Amino acid sequence: MQALRAELIWGLLLIPAAAAGGCFLIRPNAPRRALLVLAALGHAALTLCAWSGAVRPTAYGWIAIDAASLLFLSVTSILFLAASIYAVGYLAQEQRQLQSAPREPDLDEEPPFTNYPEATFTGCLLAFLATMSLVAVSRHLGLMWVAVEATTLASAPLIYFHRNSRSLEATWKYLVICSVGIALALLGNFFLAVAARSYGGTPIPLTLDDLAAAAGSLDPRWLKGAFLLLLVGYGTKMGLAPLHTWLPDAHSEAPSVVSALLSGALLNCAFLTILRVHGLLVAAGLGAFSRELLVDFGLISMTVAAVFLIRQADYKRMLAYSSIEHMGILALGVGIGGLAGLGALLHTVNHSLTKAMLFFAAGNILAVYRTKSTDQARGVLRVLPLTGVLWIAGFLAITGSPPFGPFLSEFMILKGAIDAHRPWIAAACLAALALAFIGMAGAVINMAYGTAAPGAAQRLDLSPIVPQREPLWSILPPLALGLAVLILGVYIPPPLGDLLRRAAEILHVQ
Amino acid sequence: MKVWLDAVLVLLILTNLRLLGSARLTVCIRTVAAQAVLLGVLPLFVQAGAVTFRVALLCAASTLLKAGALPWLLRRAAREANVRNEVEPLVGFTTSLLLGLALLGLSMHVADGLRLPGIEGPHFMVTVALFTTLVGLFVIVSRVKAVMQALGYLAMENGIYAFGMAFAVEETLLVEMGILLDVFVAVLVMGITIHHISREFDHMDTDRLSALKD
Repeated sequence: MQALRAELIWGLLLIPAAAAGGCFLIRPNAPRRALLVLAALGHAALTLCAWSGAVRPTAYGWIAIDAASLLFLSVTSILFLAASIYAVGYLAQEQRQLQSAPREPDLDEEPPFTNYPEATFTGCLLAFLATMSLVAVSRHLGLMWVAVEATTLASAPLIYFHRNSRSLEATWKYLVICSVGIALALLGNFFLAVAARSYGGTPIPLTLDDLAAAAGSLDPRWLKGAFLLLLVGYGTKMGLAPLHTWLPDAHSEAPSVVSALLSGALLNCAFLTILRVHGLLVAAGLGAFSRELLVDFGLISMTVAAVFLIRQADYKRMLAYSSIEHMGILALGVGIGGLAGLGALLHTVNHSLTKAMLFFAAGNILAVYRTKSTDQARGVLRVLPLTGVLWIAGFLAITGSPPFGPFLSEFMILKGAIDAHRPWIAAACLAALALAFIGMAGAVINMAYGTAAPGAAQRLDLSPIVPQREPLWSILPPLALGLAVLILGVYIPPPLGDLLRRAAEILHVQ
Repeated sequence: MKVWLDAVLVLLILTNLRLLGSARLTVCIRTVAAQAVLLGVLPLFVQAGAVTFRVALLCAASTLLKAGALPWLLRRAAREANVRNEVEPLVGFTTSLLLGLALLGLSMHVADGLRLPGIEGPHFMVTVALFTTLVGLFVIVSRVKAVMQALGYLAMENGIYAFGMAFAVEETLLVEMGILLDVFVAVLVMGITIHHISREFDHMDTDRLSALKD
């Protein structure tokens, strides 16, 4: 393992942060959009460099890139690159629409609205990337807390890009619920600090390495309390039921490109923080306690999501509930451990790529149909042939159909549950997956093949036979992600397999 | 010193009860500001005589922010929103106060369970810290106005801060500053959102934000 220079980390943090600052200074739209893509490319290039080795803890041991950081950093970086390309096209389209005519009300009976200033949007998008990268690389629990709260604050304005009452409501709920959750996580951090101090006399710094080295001497009672609070706090951010209530609102009201990042990158970051603390409990010999809690939260999330997926009338909410379901699968996989733990890490990658692809496709559908209702947006395959194919492929992938990646990782988790002699959990998991499949299938098939509802076709001048134009920017990002998911289903590149195994070892999930 | 410490802690309990029992928005904002001032002077009595530069700097910064900037921000948001100066609780004031007393009892009970083997002393302070946190949570769920929810969040944060102080949890200066900055920006973003809510809806009653549901 080659030791890389610490400047790599600073680059990963400072490139998006500096670009975010630049966005507020640049007035014309075109160079600002170019800056967004350039920063995304720079971030991706640095992440690629990080694959050749690891960065040892630096800056008092507060930041480092280990296998787990690299895994989550790579997913974030890939998604952001895809999202930045999509965003450039999306912003140009929004601008044209606003300039061409006063905006008609959408079919969802929303009054016309304007958009938030584009500079703020682009700037917050880049700040969001910087804060998510900080979560991935931080090894100090306090710093991690600061970074997670910062992701909330950077992303709140993104949800309120369309200035209307619905997105405002979603933003408020997101802010209040996540802030309260994160405040509880701060209390959890204090519990951890007490646990790290009660016997030894000298306080142990809250860095992962110091804590892991002293794991045996941590007070188990306080450590358990700390995990509970941190799980509830960061679990709110991750969207584990019953703390998920902000998630469907935020995902459905945000612009699709933001939904893709929230679902594919932000939820993962929260998951990583929980994994870090879980690893600490395993090192302290309390693994059974944290595993049991993760299994419980996982099962509850999967059940709640499956129930709400049935007869869901809004396709972006449907994708949001599907995210809750998959977060449940991740928690469950880590809770079971063994093969399932490794499967959960692989599933993180698969879910992120697939969900982002689905949200991009949903964005294309929303742009043409101007409604989020599954009943109104019908005949997608005829009106938007390419998007329609991506939509169906994404649906098959996310529901765990072969030969896509999620099938493989979900299979690993189920196999892990049976290996661990917990057939009932495997059965419950399968039942929830089946329910989710049935719930989503109805809506997706109707949208893809059905004939456009008369009202929608008339109001939007949509001829149900004439295909609409599908610009390249709206197809390439989801297509690339879709191909990656397909490849991951049949072939896992050796470097990725190696990285997953090393990350599983570091995080003690096996 | 112990007397002074206890006095500050009792005052903190009273601010919490006032937050629960008061019907005026401006009074509530002032109460939370007073709470922040009390928290600011608390370290002087906790770490008797050993107030380092670090502690002094943090106390000054957090008092300035939480007792000065944030209340000013919220008062401005409330004034611009042109809302009536009433709290409009979902749970009545008398009931709120009674529930507050119950929360105080609960905090005492929990604080009993959190006694540390070697350390004597912070017991009462832990009680007050937990009580403040719980009252903050209660205000968030039981008050309609968006400004009150932001205030509840601040009270909750105050309680957690006091908890850290009770156990003399020493985060490094950078992290503490980061936490403070996050709280500040959180309330700032909330304030901006409140401003937008009141413009969009002509009110800031969060129970009427109910378009999104399943």
